[in-house]
Amino acid sequence: MKSKYDVLVIGGGPAGALAAKTAVEKGLSACIVEKRPAIGAPVRCAEGIGKEALQEFIEPDPRWISAEMTGATIVAPDGFVMQLSSQMAGSKVGYVLDRKFFDRELVWKAAEAGADVAVKSRAAVPIIENGVVKGAKVDFCGKVTNVRAEVVIAADGVESKFSKWCGIDTTVPVREIMSSVQYVMTGIEIDANSTVFYLGNEVAPEGYLWVFPKGKNTANVGIGISGRKSGAGHRAKDYLDAFVKKTFPHGRTIEYIPGGVSVCRPLECTVADGLIITGDAARVVDPLTGGGIYNAMYTGKLAAETAADCIGKGDVSKKALMVYDKTWRASKMGKAIERNYHIKEYLIKQPDTKLNEIIHSVSKINMTEFTTLNLVKEIIRVNPKLMLELGALAASLR
Amino acid sequence: MLKVHRDICGYCGCCVSVCPEGALELIDAYLSVEENCTSCGVCAKVCPLGALEVVNEKQV
Repeated sequence: MKSKYDVLVIGGGPAGALAAKTAVEKGLSACIVEKRPAIGAPVRCAEGIGKEALQEFIEPDPRWISAEMTGATIVAPDGFVMQLSSQMAGSKVGYVLDRKFFDRELVWKAAEAGADVAVKSRAAVPIIENGVVKGAKVDFCGKVTNVRAEVVIAADGVESKFSKWCGIDTTVPVREIMSSVQYVMTGIEIDANSTVFYLGNEVAPEGYLWVFPKGKNTANVGIGISGRKSGAGHRAKDYLDAFVKKTFPHGRTIEYIPGGVSVCRPLECTVADGLIITGDAARVVDPLTGGGIYNAMYTGKLAAETAADCIGKGDVSKKALMVYDKTWRASKMGKAIERNYHIKEYLIKQPDTKLNEIIHSVSKINMTEFTTLNLVKEIIRVNPKLMLELGALAASLR
Repeated sequence: MLKVHRDICGYCGCCVSVCPEGALELIDAYLSVEENCTSCGVCAKVCPLGALEVVNEKQV
């Protein structure tokens, strides 16, 4: 690690890796600092991603793909099952990744392109001069080094502190944190090629429970519930344990993964003088699905492209970096977040009876393009009454 | 004050994201609680595992 880079990236997840790789490809010097001793571990993720979303950034490789999905299943609160499949029967619609290897691959690609990487190295304090972020004090085993940079890219995840230290309020409202637990379970009876989502206030209040296959008889079995529904005796772990006891009584848990997923709106502003905020740290998780891998890679790459442009022009002020903020908000991803936020807000207010009614209306959907938007459109098509309830939101879905 | 049950904590950082004071930090495999913690208990509520507890000073 040197004492000066064009771009300093805080965090070695998908956002940080794409940021560093893109920066060096643009001719900048870049360094990733990762506080943990290993890239990719511990996993804090259900590991699902859409096929096209992944391919926008990297060609799928069996070394870090646990399983290929050809469909999805939604289980209503009353147990009714809705099947979603591709119009082309049997074709791939998504993947369940092996994040330990996936994250490592992304960082390896960044390093191979020329980025520096420092693990077990924590950005402990930002360097701020005249209100402008100029780098960070990086702590490696108690040895603190000043690392200066033209632009700092914060990619420090859900537990992000860097932006907060720079004066930006990143606090997630209690009702909008998904308090989550996941077990990697083996020895369980599952459909190896379909993700399953369980809905209902008894199963997962204001959230959902998932079974994402990781291969034969093995899956990520996890749950997210709203922080406001969590408390002593009724935490995410309590709900998951009850489900597992009933559904997979003979399964064995080989990994224990707690976590938090934000389902709030993104930060009001994702740049400051000398600073760009990306991925989970920017709260750009899809509020409906909780998916964040694609959004992290997209914002990480865009952040570095913007940084390269601004450094080239000699202006890394908030005003100049705003191009990043404006671009992602206007992107397909930005629009999907806004739309899905409203859908989520509608759905969490519905009683189980209403959820049952909605899910019963369609027992099988063959989708041309496998997206949550298409699912919602199909549900609205067969429930014209929903149009009225959704009001202005419905218009944006057409 | 806030007590971290280290045997239960899975150091996931869920609590850090909701702390209104910025008083929590996840430093690799342990959770640090800063002096500006107001014992508001928001973190204890959202913890997926129940690793955090607001306790009376005298109980510590």
